[in-house]
Amino acid sequence: MVFMIEIEDLWKSYEGNQVLKGLSLKVETGETLVILGRSGVGKSVLLKHIIGIAHSDRGYIEVDGVRVSDLNGEERYTATRHMGMLFQGAALFDSMNIEENTAFYLKQHGNLETGKKYAKSEIQDRVNEALKMVDLEGTQKKMPSDLSGGMRKRAGLARLIVYRPKYLLYDEPTTGLDPITAMQINELIVKTQEELKATSIVVTHDIISALFVGDRLALHKEGQIAYIDKPDPFLQIDDPVIEFLRKTISTDPRTFRRRDND
Amino acid sequence: MQFLLSKLNFLARTGEFMVLIWEVTVATFRRPPNWSLIREQLYSIGVLSLPVVAMTGFSTGLVLAAQSFFQLSDKGLAGATGLMVGKAMITELGPVLTAFMVTGRVGAAMCAELGTMRVTEQIDALETMAVNPNRHLIAPRFISGMFMMPLLTVFSIFMGIFGGYLISVFYFKMPPTNYFDPMPIYITNFDLLIGIVKAFFFGVLIVTISCFKGLHTSGGAEGVGRSTTNSVVVCYTFILFTNFLITLGLNMLENATGWFS
Repeated sequence: MVFMIEIEDLWKSYEGNQVLKGLSLKVETGETLVILGRSGVGKSVLLKHIIGIAHSDRGYIEVDGVRVSDLNGEERYTATRHMGMLFQGAALFDSMNIEENTAFYLKQHGNLETGKKYAKSEIQDRVNEALKMVDLEGTQKKMPSDLSGGMRKRAGLARLIVYRPKYLLYDEPTTGLDPITAMQINELIVKTQEELKATSIVVTHDIISALFVGDRLALHKEGQIAYIDKPDPFLQIDDPVIEFLRKTISTDPRTFRRRDND
Repeated sequence: MQFLLSKLNFLARTGEFMVLIWEVTVATFRRPPNWSLIREQLYSIGVLSLPVVAMTGFSTGLVLAAQSFFQLSDKGLAGATGLMVGKAMITELGPVLTAFMVTGRVGAAMCAELGTMRVTEQIDALETMAVNPNRHLIAPRFISGMFMMPLLTVFSIFMGIFGGYLISVFYFKMPPTNYFDPMPIYITNFDLLIGIVKAFFFGVLIVTISCFKGLHTSGGAEGVGRSTTNSVVVCYTFILFTNFLITLGLNMLENATGWFS
């Protein structure tokens, strides 16, 4: 088994509040790991550590064998170029239209393998392709403020998949969306995963979404990963939070597992 | 204990501010930002500030000439009106008032823009796409601020002298030559240097303080408002104190060495 992301004994506190307390986690190549947990337990903080925009007090994170937690400045940017993150509020650049947002990474970095800039036509093609994939054709010239919450999330996803990252991090991808849009986002996550063969971590408190997209589920509790397993055994664990998740699943008509279709 | 913590917090913030200046300088020289980003900021800081700077310089010149004329004419020194306007505009009022106007128009907008980007995670998004915010967001503003502030100050000085000329000649009926004649004799290269040096430092201060405050914004829309107000107040305070220090420092240097005469 090859682990692409390894987190070992990660500690982090904010203004005296200990958010991560020796968290350890291993993510396998090409899998989608879903981290569940209540709001405010530090799930988003964990993602920010993995992608290198937050620094731990103790412990380390290795991505593809590179200890990103020890890097700073340009070295860190170089090491995390193959990673991408979808933010809870999409975090689109509000001074740019959707086309410019989607093309941003390609214009900034060019082709990472050849080191050359992309031709305008190639950028245009890839942007159109990404927007088509998230069903946002025709929105190229719209500003983020002209889009609904769900459309903004999909535009954020287009901005991510356009550069085909090897690692995808999703921060609460379905939070605040209506059930139909949430399911669209879930389907897009699965589709992206299948097309890019990326290693993904999804942070959420939506168990329905977790079951749909996840290969393994983990429970983030009291600053640590309390349990981690495949969906079925995970749901059998005797824990008050998982008990609550079981009840949610049994009463929610949206309950549907990706594997049910396989 | 609380007092000690607040002092430590102040020191930490000062350290972070110095680190920002250093990182932006390094980012600027190691791999300069795209020309399109710099051009955008040159336009925003420079060209769009021209009307407000022109108005400020012009009205200050008018008032300064009127006051000087009223104070000096009964002592038979009305001929020094132009000199008073020119010297005051070049060494003090031009740089300081331009800096105040740029702080209000550009600094506040910069802080609000970066603050909004911070609270809506747009700056985090930049970093997750391996783009250094210091190079992409701050460096273009830093370069443009340093370059545009001296130019805006020179423009403001010209407008002030022009305003003073209009009121002196057309309202107080001074002969035009009386207004300009003392200037080349009593206004030295050193006066011009003081004005330009001040403008340069004010440009650096306005951009770095506004960007620093913007980058450290937290607490949603209310936080953005608080940061913006705070950045304007801090900029004004620093401009006033820096003005004093530069005046004192350069004059002492000139008196001791005579380098600039």
